[in-house]
This record gives sequence, C-alpha cells and structure tokens, in this order.
Amino acid sequence: MTLVESTVTELTLKYGKERRQLLPILRGVYEKFHYLSDESMVEVARQLDISSAEVFGKATFYSFLSGSPQGEFVIRICKTIVCDMKNKKLIVDTLENLLKIKMGQTTHNRKFSLCYTNCLGLCHKAPAMLINNEAYTDLTPDKVRQIITSYKNR
Amino acid sequence: MENYITLTIDNREVTVPEGTSILQAAHKAKVNIPTLCYHEDLCVAGNCRICVVEVEGSRTLTASCSTPASNGMVIHTSSPVVRNARKDIIALLVSEHNTQCTTCYRSLNCELQSLAAEYNVDNTRYLSVLKPNIQVDRSSWSIEKDDSKCVRCQRCVRTCSELQHVNAITVAHKGKDMKISTFMDLPLNEVVCVNCGQCVIHCPTGALTERRYYDDIWEAIGDPNKHVVINTAPSVRVALGETLDYPPGQRVTGKMVAAMKKLGFDSVLDTDFTADLTIMEEGSELLLRLKKAFRDKENVALPMISSCSPGWVKYIEHMYPEHLDNLSTCKSPQQMFGTLAKTYYAHKIGVKPEDIVSVSVMPCAAKKYEANRPEMKASGFQDIDAGLTTRELGRMIRQAGIDFGKLEDEKFDSMMGDSSGAAVLFGATGGVMEAALRTVYEIVTGRPVPFKNLNIMAARGLEKIKETSILLKGCKPEWDFLEGVELRVAVAHGLKNARTIMEQIKRNESPYHFIEIMACPGGCIGGGGQPIPTNDAIRKKRIAAIYAEDEGKEIRKSHENPEIVQIYKDFLPEGPLGKKSHKLLHTHYTKRNRY
Amino acid sequence: MKLSLKKVDLILGSYSNEEYKILFEMLSRNSDEILKDLIESGLKGRGGAGFPTGLKWKLCAEAVSDDKYIICNADEGEPGTFKDREILDRVPKRVLAGMALAAKVTGAAKGYIYLRAEYSFLVNKLQKELEEFHKILKSNNIKFNVEIFMGCGAYICGEETALLQSMEGKRGEPRNKPPFPTTTGYLGKPTVVNNVETLVSAFMVCRIGPEEFKKLGIQGSSGSKLFSVSGDTPKPGIYDLEFGLSLAEFVDEFGDGDTKAVQVGGASGFCVPRKKFNETTIGYRGGLTGDSLPTGGSMMLFNSSRSMYNILRNYLDFFAEESCGQCTPCRIGCQQLKNGIEAVKKGEKDPEYLNQLLKLSDTMKITSKCGLGQSVANSFSSIVTNFTEEMIY
Repeated sequence: MTLVESTVTELTLKYGKERRQLLPILRGVYEKFHYLSDESMVEVARQLDISSAEVFGKATFYSFLSGSPQGEFVIRICKTIVCDMKNKKLIVDTLENLLKIKMGQTTHNRKFSLCYTNCLGLCHKAPAMLINNEAYTDLTPDKVRQIITSYKNR
Repeated sequence: MENYITLTIDNREVTVPEGTSILQAAHKAKVNIPTLCYHEDLCVAGNCRICVVEVEGSRTLTASCSTPASNGMVIHTSSPVVRNARKDIIALLVSEHNTQCTTCYRSLNCELQSLAAEYNVDNTRYLSVLKPNIQVDRSSWSIEKDDSKCVRCQRCVRTCSELQHVNAITVAHKGKDMKISTFMDLPLNEVVCVNCGQCVIHCPTGALTERRYYDDIWEAIGDPNKHVVINTAPSVRVALGETLDYPPGQRVTGKMVAAMKKLGFDSVLDTDFTADLTIMEEGSELLLRLKKAFRDKENVALPMISSCSPGWVKYIEHMYPEHLDNLSTCKSPQQMFGTLAKTYYAHKIGVKPEDIVSVSVMPCAAKKYEANRPEMKASGFQDIDAGLTTRELGRMIRQAGIDFGKLEDEKFDSMMGDSSGAAVLFGATGGVMEAALRTVYEIVTGRPVPFKNLNIMAARGLEKIKETSILLKGCKPEWDFLEGVELRVAVAHGLKNARTIMEQIKRNESPYHFIEIMACPGGCIGGGGQPIPTNDAIRKKRIAAIYAEDEGKEIRKSHENPEIVQIYKDFLPEGPLGKKSHKLLHTHYTKRNRY
Repeated sequence: MKLSLKKVDLILGSYSNEEYKILFEMLSRNSDEILKDLIESGLKGRGGAGFPTGLKWKLCAEAVSDDKYIICNADEGEPGTFKDREILDRVPKRVLAGMALAAKVTGAAKGYIYLRAEYSFLVNKLQKELEEFHKILKSNNIKFNVEIFMGCGAYICGEETALLQSMEGKRGEPRNKPPFPTTTGYLGKPTVVNNVETLVSAFMVCRIGPEEFKKLGIQGSSGSKLFSVSGDTPKPGIYDLEFGLSLAEFVDEFGDGDTKAVQVGGASGFCVPRKKFNETTIGYRGGLTGDSLPTGGSMMLFNSSRSMYNILRNYLDFFAEESCGQCTPCRIGCQQLKNGIEAVKKGEKDPEYLNQLLKLSDTMKITSKCGLGQSVANSFSSIVTNFTEEMIY
C-alpha cells in the first residue's frame, strides 16, 4: 500500500465513505501532504466511488486545498482592504526578502510557501497573516523577522 | 389529488398543477420565455439567468425555470426591466465569448448567437473578458472541446452526470476562473470519457462539438485512385432531414441515398445490411451461450449484453471491466461493415482493399473513436477510415449545393445495401432486442415471434428500463433443451440506466438472459451525432419514423435478407460464429480504469 | 467627549460558568413559549440578511421529518467582519446554548458548526467546549450532538445554501430558492442555519426576556449588535451597540477626525460618504426612514488619505475571485466592474462608461442567483456614485 492509499484509507475509516465526507477527507489529505496530488485525488475518488473529475471539481473550489506542492509552513498574508491599508506591502516585501522567494512560491527546502489570502477576520489587528493554523497580527517587519526565525528553527 | 393554482402571466390567467415552474406555466399560457442553461432532459440549474421575469411584489427578478408558480402570482415576462436585464446578461455572456461566429461550426445553430441576435446585443457594450490563449482540445477522436465558446451553463456537466453517470467533465475552480474541465484539465482522450457525445448535443454553443472529418472525405472523393464507399446507420435516415430544414420525424432515406451519390461516393451502401448480419452473429452467440448453460451446464457469462453501441462498450470497459465476458463479442454493424468492405466487397468488385476508403455516417460521436480502436483492423487495414455524424453529412450536402428537397429517391447499391425492417429497428432503443428476438425465436421454434405483425411492443418506447419475456414452446428437436424456458430480456438506454442494469448483474441478481444497452437516451435516434436540438419530443418523432420504415419493408427479419443469405453462402460458408466470422466479425475488449 | 452611542454588553458580557445552568432552566420550558419569546423579541438574523429568527425556527419546527439539523454558520468571510471569531473565542458556551435551544424548538438532534478554514486556531478550544457540553447534555438526558465541520476557504460558503452544498461534499454553489433550508436543508432535511451571533442573541433573548431585549434598539430593529470596527480608527475592535445609531454618532466615537467614508456591512455593503453620515441610521431595512442599512456588523472607516478607487478595486478583486462563478451576472459582472474601473482610470474608456457599469450593477442586484451575488454590486454603486471624481482622475 502506498502512503497515499494508506492515508486515504485512514481518513475514510475515520469519516466514512459517503459523499458528504469529501471535504473532511480532502482536508485530511492536504494536511498530510501539504497539497492534493493527482494520485491522491484519484485515490479519494476510488474509495468514495465517485469520478476523479468530480473530486477535482470540488477540490479546486476551495482555496485552502492547493493542487500544487506547498511548503511545510504555508504563510498566508491577508490582502483584503484593511490589511492592504495597514501596509501589507511592507510585510510582503519583508517576507519575500527573508525567504528569498516571491509570493506564490515555495522555498527550495520545501519549508515555506508564501501566498495571499482573502480577509482573515483580523482586521482590527491588521496587518495579519496565518502560518498554517496560527494567526499573527499587528505585524511589523521586526515582528515578521522574529516569527520567521522561530519557524526556521523548528 | 393534485392541487391547482392560478396565476397571471402577461395579463393572461393560467391554471396549472401546484409545483409547476413559472417557465412551464408560461409555456402553457403560450408565452415563450428565452432560456439558455435550461434543457428539458436535465435538472434545473437556474444559473444563466436569461429566463428572469418580473413577479409583482418581488424586490428582484425571478428565474422562471427554477421558481415554482404560486397562486395569485402576477408575472411580466417582457417588461422593460426584464428586457433590459436580459439584454445585459446576454451582453455579459458575449463579453466572455469567442465571438468569431463566422468560422464557428455551430453558427446559425447556436443558442447564444440566436439570443444575441434577438436582443440585438452588440459585443462592444463591455470589455472582452475572454481568457487569452485558450487551446482547443482535439485530443479525442470523437469530441472537440473549445473553452473559448463555453457559456458555463453546465448542461454538459449535468448531461455527463445525470444522463450518463460518467462524470468525465466537471465544473472546476470558482469565480472568474470557473470553467468546465476534465480531471486535472487533462486532454479528453486521457480521461474516463466514453465519447458518447451527449455533451455535444446538449451544448448550446460551439464549445463542445464532434471532431469533424468531412474535409478528409472530400479529399478522398476527389482522388481518382480511391474507391470511396459510404454506409449509413439506420437512425440517420430519420434524422438527417432536420439538418436540411425538414421537421423532425421525416424519413428521407431515398433522398439521402440520392444525395450521397451526387456527392461523388463510388458506392452507397447500408449499415442496415451489417445490422442484419449482427443479428445473425449475435443471435447465434446468444443461442450458443444458452446451449452451454442449459444443455451442457457449463459456466457461461449470462446475461449476454449487446455490443453495438461503442459508447456503451467503452463505458463497461471503464466501469465494469470484471463483466466484459457478458458483452457479446460481435463487432458493431459499423465495424462489421468496414471489415467486409475491405474483404468481401473489395474482392467482389475487384478493387485492392488499400484503395478502398470506407466511410460511415453515424448518429454517434463514439463511432469515431471506435473506428480508430487499434484492434479494428481485421481486414488488414483500418476497417473504417472515417466516421461522420448525421450533422456532418448534412453539412456536406449543403456544401455541395444540393437542393435536397428536389432530389428523386434512389436505392442503395447492391451487395451490402439490402436490409430487413429488423435492421432499421437498430436505430431506436429496444430495436436490437426486437430484431434479435424475431430471428432467435424463429431459429429455435421454426415459427415467427408470437406478436401481432411481428411488433414487440414491450421493447419499444422511452421507459428507462424495459423488460419482457418470451416462453419458448414447441422448440425444434435440436433446441429441445430450451423447451419451456422463459427467455427473459431487458432493454436499457442512457448509461445511467445501464448502470442500474450492471449493478444488478454485479450483485448477481440479474434475472435476464439477454440485455440490449445503448449509450444514448432513446438509442441511436438520440445519439451524440444527431441533429441539435434533441429532446424527448423529437426523439419520439424519430422513433415513430423508425417503426414506419420497418413496417414499410417487405422483409422484416434479418435472416430473410437475401444479401445475408448470399454472404453466408459465398463468403462465410461456415455460417455464423464460424472461423472466418470469428476473425472478421467478432472482437475483444480492454479493461480500463474506472477513476 | 459626550457619548451619544448606546454601548451595551449583552452578547459578550457577564459570561460565566453558569451559562449551561441557565440553558437547562430554559430547556425545561415548553417549545412554544420559547418560540413565542423569540418572535415577540423581533430578533433578526445577525449575519447580514436579517431574516426573523423566530420565524426561521418556527418554519423548521413545523416541517415534518425524523431528521432535522441545526447549523451554526461560522464561515465569517465578509471583509471587515470578525465578531463571530470573537464570540466563538470568548463566549462559546452561549453559541452552543443557542444551538441547543434551536434544537429543542425544532426537534433536531444533530448540530454542526461550519467553521471557516481561516479560524482553525479555534478548533481545539471549541472541541474541549463541545466535550463539556455533550457531557452535561448527557447527564441531563438531552439528545443533541454538535460537530465541527471545517470549511476549506471559500467566501461564498457563508451563504446558507452554499454552506449546505459544501457540507454535502459538493461545490459551495448557492441553491435555487425555494425550497428553503427550513424545509429542505442539509441532506434534504429541515435545517436551521443561523449565524454565530444570532444563536447567542436568541439565547440572550430567552435569558433576559423579549421585553428587556426590545428595550434595546428601535422599532423594527430590536436589540443590540456586535460591530467589527476597523480601518482608520484609533480604537479598532468589537463593540456591542444598540441598533438605531446614526452614522454621525458612530463616526464621532470611532473616527480619527478625518473620516471621509464608512463602509457599512463589509465589501458587499454600502459605502457612506461624509455628507450622508447624518442621515444614515444603522438597522434593518424596512422599519426605518432614511438610509437604513442592513448589516453583518462590519464598519470600516476611511480617512481622507485613502483612495476610494483603490478600495473599490480591492473589493472587486475579492468578488471576482470569490464569486462561486455559476451565475452569469455575478461571475462576469464582477470582472466587468473591475476591468471597467481600471479602464476608466487608465483612460482607455471614457468616464461615461461608469454609467454603463452602474446600469450593470443594477442588473446584478436584481438578477443574481443568491443574496451575495445580489449585494456584491452595492459597494460599486455607492462608491462610484459618491466618489465619481476619484474613479476618473
């Protein structure tokens, strides 16, 4: 059994094989592999007995279910209006310089990915970002440097 | 008891059963509301918003397709606010569309084009938001997908899911990037697609069309070294007229033959001939399987399932590869024709098979793929060089400037041009079954099928799955092991219904001996290569024409077709299922991936 | 400074370990009484659409089915809105109490919290709360179970039928209505979908009684509401304010002295310019005169240093991405509005073109399939009408 097969099997054992479990299962696959590969989508299709095109169609609807390989830590910077007003640009520049990648890219060591996201619901503490499931707010370049350093050491 | 409601549509009162949509109610009031994403074959989507109407008291306009009418509603379907909104929506669709209509295959048969014309929409109202660099997917032998012409009505997606249960195409991404896609946006030939072309006949625009090959045919016709033979499937003659301004259900057999002769084909033959041949082979195969099961008590795959429909064949290869043994090994009439054209026929007329170009006209998109299956080379050459759709033949006739209506009826050429009424039945769902029973029953009992006028009504009509049985009584001595057997048969059309049948087989609960399955709803008369539009009203008219064609035939049983008798005498002397038949007329199948 | 706003502390205030005890006292009442209180209170949905909560519960209660569902809509995606996160973080027991009340009234045995992916950091805490909740329910012999369902990043799933589609493993595309979720909801069963704050408000209505609740706010917009205040303000954050406040009062309290516009109700709400602050009252449409505004509670303040063009373009970018894409007016309309203002700004289109786009925004409002599609053009029309020069020069 490949890792993909065993992962999907674990997830279908946990959630069941009904169509309505598709999202939790895809989320589980994403958390394990940091993206949804074609292989994993076909495997989900097989175990839920739906077409792989359907799985693809559902997965691409949701912006957190990336179809391309992501780093271990996905940094999502809020690009919506208040963060934009509160100097999101400076935060983005800082991150791009620190990680030596551009928005939308992943570091060579597959540790970090940088991307934009829509409103994080942290507008009163803008600018804000998520690193995986952790929220970071009231960002300044200094603060960003500290945060990234702490992640680099993980 | 049904409750009725009364509402007012454009100042006219109309009473309809509760649950009727505003669109249907308007239809009853003889008010036409334009639609785009709506198709009577499919569930209601309500996403194009063309059919919006004004309901008094409502803050917004209302989609008439998806909203049930209610008592006392006052509706305006063409008020200024409605017309302006509709015009705006059409303009939006145009702004997302590749508007090179002059070069589009669906030009003059495009629902967006008609709407834009009706509402006099110009394509400068809004900026173009058509995505640049859209590549047309021509990877499939059968279907062409051009996203630049897609209006995202999702009719294709609903078709592939609701009618066919294949789900080869899906809606992917969202917002401005939303599109109709395959798995991973792979080319169509790499995904689980059965090429049935139902998406094509449900597409309102030129986004999904059949791969066209008629230019190659023109080339071949123009080449003096080529002998070009054409054969036409049973259902083409009852639908071709629609592409040439005839109403649905008009039989144009004689004119069709005349037109093809005018187009320059060297010989105009009939797939009906090989339909009769199919019945000989398939009927014999069924009897052989029954013999093994009932007399020899052997383990043999039953029920046997028909294999004429290449969309269905690819479907079972993908979805139920473990049941390929249930499939008859008979090639489809098209492929039998191709093989014989380059062997039997070539030999008889003294032309080298490599100089023969065999063309078929089919109601079908999957036939194009079937013709190109690697195993379809039993003659030593590609048996069928090109498969055209009914629509393509119509297009060729128009291109040639033929005044179709004025043509005198002509007859098919001989040798492979004669056919029985039974063969014509292949065009409608249940037809293969009816034709097979006419022959099989007679082989076993020596008497004609015990139905009035040979018409097996239980096999006819658009019911999802039809079943019937015939008691085999008074069998001939060599078939005495079938005495008293109740031969149980079923007919399914549309792959969703096929799935029901297959799940029953999978559970080992199928009570049948023989099953006919056609990929397309209604059978070939509703095939993916037939004129657009196709809906149940039109299907019924084409079906009626098929039965009229059968009734009009002198010979109505396959085994009585003189050319069939002839070919077994001259070319296949071992008879059905003989060695030569096996080599030329039967095939094998390939297990494929389901996901 | 004299405060003319009426700040209250209903939703988040005096939270204690007694919440469930209070809940059980309520649950011992009969369903009709609870429903009567709720209807009496005039409570309307706090997610933005403002459907009367009591009526929603009543419709679901009247629907006949063995299975019914209560869904807490915590897919808070409207730009500038963050009150639900705060509620879930600070008073989760009240959310669950509200769900339990809804379950009691409607006869549902199963509930879900649809939590947006961006709020994953709340999961552990909520999970712990759920364990305690279930334990207490069990010891009181109440059959109601709540699960968390995680969203995966799609704004449109805040629309209740899109949310249901998403939960059923489909694309989060809004359904045709009718039928409504109260009769045909999750898995086709009668379902109440309520915003997080609505559930807490319902609980608080039962707790303080409809009469007390109605003392807050104004006729037609009773109670108080959590406002998410952000942008150019010295005190961004969450504030519980009575309905009926005028925008002028609001700006007095929260502005930085240079406020030129307030975006009320998030990117899909309305942008109110300074000259209309006095005449604008915050409450549900209908019961008020003047420019009353429906609102999910997002209040974004912009001062005179901000370009309204940039703000609008940011919104339209958002909608062009987050529209589900199924219906024509919303999918293509959002792109046209965005490309259109860019073209005008660059001089590629005449300023006149803005009028064409305003007409388009009207079409989008009346023809889009869902409430969100109908409201995405609000910000466009209010910004373009009030700040036309900024769009052109």
